[in-house]
Amino acid sequence: MGLLSKKDSKLILDPLADNNPITIQVLGICSALAITAELKASIVMAISVLFVLGIGNVVISLMRNIIPSKIRIIVQLVVVAALVIIVDQVLKAFAYELSKTLSVFVGLIITNCIIMGRFEAFALANGPWRSFLDGIGNAAGYGLILVIVGFFRELLGSGTLLGFPVLGNPIPGELSGLYALGYENNGFMLLSPMALIVVGIIIWVQRSRNKTLIED
Amino acid sequence: MEYIELFLKSIFIDNMVFATFLGMCSYLAVSKKVTTAVGLGAAVIFVLAITVPLNWLLDQYLLQPGALKWLGADYADYDLSFLSFIMFIATIATMVQLVEIVVEKFSPSLYNSLGIFLPLIAVNCAILGGSLFMQSREIPTLGLATVYGIGSGIGWFLAILAIAAIREKIRYSNVPPALRGLGITFIITGLMAIGFMSFGGMLTGGDEAPKEEKTVKVEEPKNNTDKELANNTKVNE
Repeated sequence: MGLLSKKDSKLILDPLADNNPITIQVLGICSALAITAELKASIVMAISVLFVLGIGNVVISLMRNIIPSKIRIIVQLVVVAALVIIVDQVLKAFAYELSKTLSVFVGLIITNCIIMGRFEAFALANGPWRSFLDGIGNAAGYGLILVIVGFFRELLGSGTLLGFPVLGNPIPGELSGLYALGYENNGFMLLSPMALIVVGIIIWVQRSRNKTLIED
Repeated sequence: MEYIELFLKSIFIDNMVFATFLGMCSYLAVSKKVTTAVGLGAAVIFVLAITVPLNWLLDQYLLQPGALKWLGADYADYDLSFLSFIMFIATIATMVQLVEIVVEKFSPSLYNSLGIFLPLIAVNCAILGGSLFMQSREIPTLGLATVYGIGSGIGWFLAILAIAAIREKIRYSNVPPALRGLGITFIITGLMAIGFMSFGGMLTGGDEAPKEEKTVKVEEPKNNTDKELANNTKVNE
């Protein structure tokens, strides 16, 4: 990366793996789980958070010297809420069906702990450019997990990816692909508890590969 | 009857943690010990019981399309519902601060047990989620909104109490090292959620078929797509 110094690129790359907001810092689980039954919804959610966290971090970082520390939580909430309203209105205008699927979870980006967590931990102490990179990095780490969970849940649960059937045709009478061999969709993957278990497995895999992350 | 139904429904069937994953962050972070879990759980019930009816009033008389009618006919066309996020979160943040001050003044002992959790709660998704679900499920009266708030709070309380008790015991078990802590907590929560799904049949049987339709209307959005997809796959099978 010629554009970024080593320190800056670390800000982006760290949260993708060893300091992932979901699996390591345990932030932002709430919205991560509920909307991952479809890959498309996961991707849209990831992009929304990327937008809110990237811009929000810059705004808070620019204001960091004029916010009285006693009311900073309310100021932060107002900034996030304004950005989330923008996201919500854009979704309603250009992807109405999807915004129905996401229902209240777009609004819940406001209380997504990743956002408040990054504001508190990073943007209040660093300049705008570094805060921006930090925001993008963390949102990307969050999005990565969302996309992984969404990928497996949609693939195993309904045999499609982004709505396209990838495992063959499951309609009885005209079976094709894997279904002709006797494969069946696991409808259970679409139910909410499986999201938790899939994230649990991701954590398991990650910590088995990197022993330093193991808690005692 | 309506009240009891909504109450039980919000505790068991639409449990905040197990059905909609709200408030997971604090649920995972504060569930290491039963005593602290009880403190946070009680604070959540308390704040939900105040903010949900308050936001219901806001929604009814300020935000909904046509809600400003009481100001005169000129205002009847206004639709401020796009402001609901910012209004709700501002109400919650100020209410939490206010509650903190009042409790500190009048009941220092309660403040000592709840106090440290109150600031945490302003950014707990369960609180905002409660108000947003209240709005999207179109709960009809102030009384029902209060019942919904209290019920959801109790549901959250039950969930965090249960997981904290399990986590205290699980320390003595031989969990695979990579799963220790967070990983196993996720998986247990998943299993508990599967258990809670069995409550889904609680309010569907019996001879009250017409009443049931009413509650279905109240429930609506949330897992709709999940259910539809599940139904589709069933048909496919």
